[in-house]
Amino acid sequence: MDINYNCDVIVVGAGPCGVSAAIEVACAGKKVVLLDRAKYIGSKNMYGGAIYKTALKDVFGDDIETLPYERIINSHSWAFLNDTGSVSLTYQDDEKSEAYAIKRFNLEKWMIELAKKKGVYFAPNTLVRNLVQKDGYVVGVETELEKYCAPIVILADGVNSLLAKELNLREKYQPKDVILSAKETIKLDKKTIEERFNLKDDLTNGVTKMYLGNPVGVKNIFMMGFLYTFKDTIMLGVGANLADLVENKLNINDLLEYLKNHNDIKPLIKNGQTLEYSAHLIPETGYNKMPKLTGNGVIIAGDAAGFINSVHFEGTNYALISGKLAGKTALGALDNNNFSQGYLSLYKKELDKSFILKDLYTYRNIIDRLYNRRGSIMNYYPYKMKQFFEIITSANCKSKSVQFRDYFLSFMKDRNLKELIKDVFMAFKCVLDVFFGR
Amino acid sequence: MENDVNKKSIQDKLATIKYNCDSKTHLIVDQKKCAKCKDKPCLAICPAKVYSEDENTKEIVVQYENCLECGACRLFCPKGAIDWNYPSSGCGVIFKNS
Repeated sequence: MDINYNCDVIVVGAGPCGVSAAIEVACAGKKVVLLDRAKYIGSKNMYGGAIYKTALKDVFGDDIETLPYERIINSHSWAFLNDTGSVSLTYQDDEKSEAYAIKRFNLEKWMIELAKKKGVYFAPNTLVRNLVQKDGYVVGVETELEKYCAPIVILADGVNSLLAKELNLREKYQPKDVILSAKETIKLDKKTIEERFNLKDDLTNGVTKMYLGNPVGVKNIFMMGFLYTFKDTIMLGVGANLADLVENKLNINDLLEYLKNHNDIKPLIKNGQTLEYSAHLIPETGYNKMPKLTGNGVIIAGDAAGFINSVHFEGTNYALISGKLAGKTALGALDNNNFSQGYLSLYKKELDKSFILKDLYTYRNIIDRLYNRRGSIMNYYPYKMKQFFEIITSANCKSKSVQFRDYFLSFMKDRNLKELIKDVFMAFKCVLDVFFGR
Repeated sequence: MENDVNKKSIQDKLATIKYNCDSKTHLIVDQKKCAKCKDKPCLAICPAKVYSEDENTKEIVVQYENCLECGACRLFCPKGAIDWNYPSSGCGVIFKNS
């Protein structure tokens, strides 16, 4: 092939995945060009609010000491919301510092500076319009102004990856395959946040809360709220399955407003100022709808490949590590001068060995199982939890035995017994999935 | 001092976001397909209320300037009537605090 390559590897998209891939290539002394459509790096991105140490350290090593995070997150709560209150559980460890609350704008600026120091050529403000293909191989990209050519292109262009679509490497996503998430960044002063969340004043601890449960009156919708404390802001957001939103003709902002006005949350954000509203899609395609991860001269990684575990709110670590493995595979291909799909499929083998495909395999059916029982999870059980704790806590001068008996019998009477059996089976199957996972 | 956190409508919230507005739209709708669409989920679901209906012509009006580039409409449009692209280099939404 007579192509003038101007570099060894092109990476499209400078999020955690793309930066990680580019660093891996640059550190081996190869020439890598990293392209991103944003003028200000990180300004197209949105997430819950925290990035985790292990994967970050794997890619950036000791440089993570310089991460300009806002707070360490070391308290995690799960709250089941009902109409008037909630039942919640908290896990907190003050000695632990695994998760960092940081805005994407600051995170990505920090990542890109380190990448440049390691020799990555970074071109912001550069939208890739098309891939350049020759003899069945991807050999470069076409931007609005020029062409970049390289024997390998790594697609780290996010959930909407129009380039993966162009190559027909992945099936068309259906609304059910994604979560639509919207978030508000709410400004409050640092001291108020520390008082409301019972935090120390030195930014060494912070809180994340997950909210499960439903707006009153809306059945059959799978939604999850989230809250993260930053230095002088709170991130409050919600995600819901897109098919459910369409089915119920419900705007995600309505769910966000529901959360903001819930008794549990309203006092936490009182007198705050909304600094920014944002929205983003989260892929939930997982293992069963995974794209073809490689083609001739091309590798897909991160969100573009649907590498997300939404049960555990994991995504940035999948992005960082899959990017690194994509970079590693590209290096091997350069050494062997073999850019065929056959050779690049080593990437899939690397992923198989890592936690990424092990976990995606383990959870391959769990999302669907939970989704199919969403009426129970979102409406019925939060309500039953409320009833249970009402008995426990109200000194109502009634026989405890009668109350508990009635309560347990109510599981048979409230609904068709089939529903209960389905829930129990679902839970059992999820446990088996994890137990017999990879 | 009850203030901003009481912003409820999408319109109010969009005012918090910075944009570098593109000179041309990155969202092209096929009005013929839209005319045949009964549900028009785009009107209800878009988190930036980009889509509205012209009262007189019943055509879909696209306020692409407000787009958050989430990509939801690309997937849920039942008629496949939306040609969805990214805005030109450097254009579109600028999240600084997300």
